[in-house]
Amino acid sequence: MAWFKRQVKGIQTPTSDKKEVPDGIWYKTPSGKIIRTVELKNNAYVSPEDGYHVRIGSREYFEILFDKNEFTELDANMESGDPLQFKDQKSYPSRVKASQEKSGLKDAVRTAYGKLDSHEVAIACMDFGFIGGSMGSVVGEKIARGIEHSIQNNKPFIMISKSGGARMMEAGLSLMQMAKTSAKLSILAKKKIPYISVLTDPTTGGVTASYAMLGDFNIAEPNALIGFAGPRVIRETIGKDLPKGFQSSEFLLEHGFVDFIVDRREMKSQISLLLRMLK
Amino acid sequence: MLLDFEKPITELEAKLDAMKKLAQESESDIAAAVKTLENKIHKLKEETFKNLTRWQRVQLSRHPDRPYTLDYIYEITDDFIELHGDRNMGDDKAMVGGLGIINKKSYMIIGQQKGRNTKQRQMRNFGMANPEGYRKALRLMKTAEKFDIPIITLIDTPGAFPGLEAEERGQGEAIARNLKEMFQLKVPVVCAIIGEGASGGALGIAIGDKVLMMENTWYSVISPESCSSILWRSWDYKEQAAEALKLTAKDMLSLKLIDGVIKEPLGGAHNDTKAAADFLKKAILKEIKALQKLTPEERISQRIDKFCDMGVVSE
Repeated sequence: MAWFKRQVKGIQTPTSDKKEVPDGIWYKTPSGKIIRTVELKNNAYVSPEDGYHVRIGSREYFEILFDKNEFTELDANMESGDPLQFKDQKSYPSRVKASQEKSGLKDAVRTAYGKLDSHEVAIACMDFGFIGGSMGSVVGEKIARGIEHSIQNNKPFIMISKSGGARMMEAGLSLMQMAKTSAKLSILAKKKIPYISVLTDPTTGGVTASYAMLGDFNIAEPNALIGFAGPRVIRETIGKDLPKGFQSSEFLLEHGFVDFIVDRREMKSQISLLLRMLK
Repeated sequence: MLLDFEKPITELEAKLDAMKKLAQESESDIAAAVKTLENKIHKLKEETFKNLTRWQRVQLSRHPDRPYTLDYIYEITDDFIELHGDRNMGDDKAMVGGLGIINKKSYMIIGQQKGRNTKQRQMRNFGMANPEGYRKALRLMKTAEKFDIPIITLIDTPGAFPGLEAEERGQGEAIARNLKEMFQLKVPVVCAIIGEGASGGALGIAIGDKVLMMENTWYSVISPESCSSILWRSWDYKEQAAEALKLTAKDMLSLKLIDGVIKEPLGGAHNDTKAAADFLKKAILKEIKALQKLTPEERISQRIDKFCDMGVVSE
């Protein structure tokens, strides 16, 4: 019965071979459209029939944006510490470890530099799959260093946000990451280096209240949830149901907080065009 | 209002009063007994306030008799003119600010304002500012910068307001902009947490060359109650959450997330507004005096470096 038994213990798949998004053969969108996952991948993970943007991670965004998927990753081994010895029902290190094993990631953001349509750029991309894309010290530090790379090399900085907000388990330290990233962005702005902020589903809390809203250009994927307070909290505060489309990309466009909405299939060409116009 | 741990102290104080009254009436000499009791009360106070739990500090930070921003402003300034409005949408009553004179020098003082009674609380929206509050704060800071006036911010908020209109008008954007702009302010900026320092709503006016916390205040990414409701899925673990968050002045100082702790009068700021204001004023002015010895460029780069050093990672 050898084929029932795992012969080598533990997970042997290297991180690079791990898949985060649809790994079945078929994918069903919320409106019920069915598509083959291979086709989905070739379509920037957008369902061709209803335009639904499947939630993807840094691996997929890097593949979509970097020419030939070639890039150099920054601080790939940075991991979280446990300065507060935070413990709720689980200890913080055990949460981090579980998330690392599940996602194959070190933390909720990856940063890299390379070429986008021949433009030299630095890109930071968040992974929602890692503790809800929450921002702790690692996320703040990697983004700050990514911006620093842009400053040192005079390269545009592109930030893809996808986060539930600051990471509670790092308490005050998480809060200060909002300050840290904004500090670096204030230098980037002074040096007149372009900063493009891409808001994807979902972008909320401390991330919205810091780097996600600070782009020279704020662009959003269609129908993403973007806001400061979460919908549940607002509903409880006002004691009423929220209007349809509240806190969607389109709502933010209407109220003047994003420059335009971009279909993921055109994201690369639109960013490239913007960068060309700024040269 | 009395907090649980304040009760034994007030009981003894009542006893002391009764004893003094009795002594007057009967003209008997009980000076020694009074002295003993007074010492006992002082000792008990010291013991109690030295050993407060984190949750008890949170309770003190919210004490309804605690001085609020305007109480401190009127106490520490010789003259004050309140300035209103964000020049865009309106005047947020939860965020106050204006020019004040202290020892013949001008300062721009800004802070969240809570209300003392039901009507005031409603008007002040419980100290929860809307986007126009953060924009008003930034406008006042820019005015201060223009006229080379140092900035003092006093933080006391249960959070930025999580309402429908707040989202429509860009609560996230308003706070984010403040963070970025405050890093580049050319004048000295000193911030003090005087009550509650809840998350982004507090940080939105708390990017300072020096950030201080009063002894019985808290500052963190989330309130203990909300943390409990999310991580324990119940509102009953607020004490544990407060412990886990390490949100007191002492904690935040040892984590190097703030620059100093301001002493409060024994028994807490709510027992003696004047004394509390005096400690606050001295601490802030001392910091500003030191900061004025630096050039604007030095201040900005030190301010940025300080916040960039915050965080713990392993590589």
